Amino acid sequence: MKQLKWLSYPYIFWMILFIIVPLILVFIFSFTTGDIRLNGDFQFSIENFQRFFDPLYLKVLGKSVNLALKSTIICLLLGYPMAMIISRENIKKRNVMILLFVVPMWMNFLLRTYAWMTLLGKNGVLNFLIKKLGFTPLNFIYNDNAVLLGMVYNFLPFMVLPIYSVLIKMDRSLIEAAEDLGANKVKVFLKIIFPLSLPGVVSGFTMVFMPALSTFVISRLLGGGQYMLIGNLIEQQFLWTGDWHFGSAISIIMMAFILIGMAITSKFDKEKEGGGLW
Amino acid sequence: MVSKFLKKIYTILIFIFLYAPIVVLIVFSFNNSKSRGSWNGFTLKWYIELFKNEEIMKALYYTIIIAVLSAIISTIIGTFAAIGIYNMNYLSKKVALNINYLPVLNPDIVTAVSLMTLYRFMNIQLGFLSMLLSHITFCIPYVILSVLPKLKQLNRHLAEAAMDLGATPFYALRKVIIPEIMPGIVTGALMAFTLSIDDFVISFFNTGSGVTNLSITVYSMARRGIKPEINALSSLMFLTVLVLLLIINKRTTKDLEKRGDIA
Repeated sequence: MKQLKWLSYPYIFWMILFIIVPLILVFIFSFTTGDIRLNGDFQFSIENFQRFFDPLYLKVLGKSVNLALKSTIICLLLGYPMAMIISRENIKKRNVMILLFVVPMWMNFLLRTYAWMTLLGKNGVLNFLIKKLGFTPLNFIYNDNAVLLGMVYNFLPFMVLPIYSVLIKMDRSLIEAAEDLGANKVKVFLKIIFPLSLPGVVSGFTMVFMPALSTFVISRLLGGGQYMLIGNLIEQQFLWTGDWHFGSAISIIMMAFILIGMAITSKFDKEKEGGGLW
Repeated sequence: MVSKFLKKIYTILIFIFLYAPIVVLIVFSFNNSKSRGSWNGFTLKWYIELFKNEEIMKALYYTIIIAVLSAIISTIIGTFAAIGIYNMNYLSKKVALNINYLPVLNPDIVTAVSLMTLYRFMNIQLGFLSMLLSHITFCIPYVILSVLPKLKQLNRHLAEAAMDLGATPFYALRKVIIPEIMPGIVTGALMAFTLSIDDFVISFFNTGSGVTNLSITVYSMARRGIKPEINALSSLMFLTVLVLLLIINKRTTKDLEKRGDIA
């Protein structure tokens, strides 16, 4: 079948044009300055990266990393027990539960976030209930916690699924052996179950951290118009301010953070048995 | 006993957390009042309003056109690419597959701005064409990832036998390979269609001249405040994606059962 190799040539061309070249362009843009309207008049400079070290932007980066880490940890704390519970069910129930977990994930994430707007809003459903109970309405939306909630809600399935797929493959006899040898439940979990499920935890960690770090929709809708995360900064540079060079530099910095994250996590995932989604 | 009870409660709470927003959205799409604070009886008027809203109808039209076109084009390019890549030598195969993974692994926003930069560089006006090209670009990798496993299952000798018996490679492709990997192709096409309908970030950056899709419309409406029409629209979109997902899921389970190794 070697004669069929040429069938991939159209896509090779497509990949070069639409995947490689655009990334190279972003890279070039990030290391140059110039007016975007005058094509080709660029000078090499590291100004864009220096500009990022302004406390203003560093604060945005700090906040993004902080929120992304927090949401990842909350997802882990909520998702791990869930994955464990599901993995102990019989196969029929298990498949239904996993399907139920996947369904919201396939719903447009914009709509999922929008749904929280209707719940948390000033005249939203939650405040309606609070008023009914005779309390004064609270301010749920347009703050850090609302953004955090949006992230956890949107990305929780990304944590549960990889952990679940490692847990169901785990050799039950190891747990039984530990129990027979006198280990209590806590010890079995800490010494056997958790270490063996680490590959799943690691891929869950990357799958939540990455989209949480790069989001700009959740922060815009649940954080309000002035809320700035690194994703919003990129959006602002490309769509409103028109400084594509600075925007590209921020994209490169964000990619660097994600690559570092993936490098760290892949160290933990040596055996490559971590269940990805695909 | 107690721990079993706790587990049940925990499971129920998590599923309430996952589904409450969606249920609220759907329930309030039938509410005969503009505010979400009160329930004024059942109505279908928001659904009627929805179909009268020109902005939404135009967005729906573009969403479907782009989803159909990008599903067809990415399925054709992706299927051929998968067959070609499968027959490459080890090294080129590895390189090609890794590049193919880039749009899957890269954050959406990076893919979005990099494509935007490309169109700028090539002087392509942002609009229908740029959105379509972007959608094809992020759909092809998923088509390839659904077709490749089917190729691995395919008996290599079948195509060789066909060619030994005098079939041209093209004839063997058409009569032997394509029919064998058809389930993977259909799954890939469905996946491309769903992803395209669902996309927001990449479309948002790579559109212009009045071309929008439903996600972009929801986003701009949500920023201006909450409108009951969006609730109706959300319910319909949720239903569509749910049906598509169930079809894809059924296909894969059936396939696994046929192979007799359901996990």
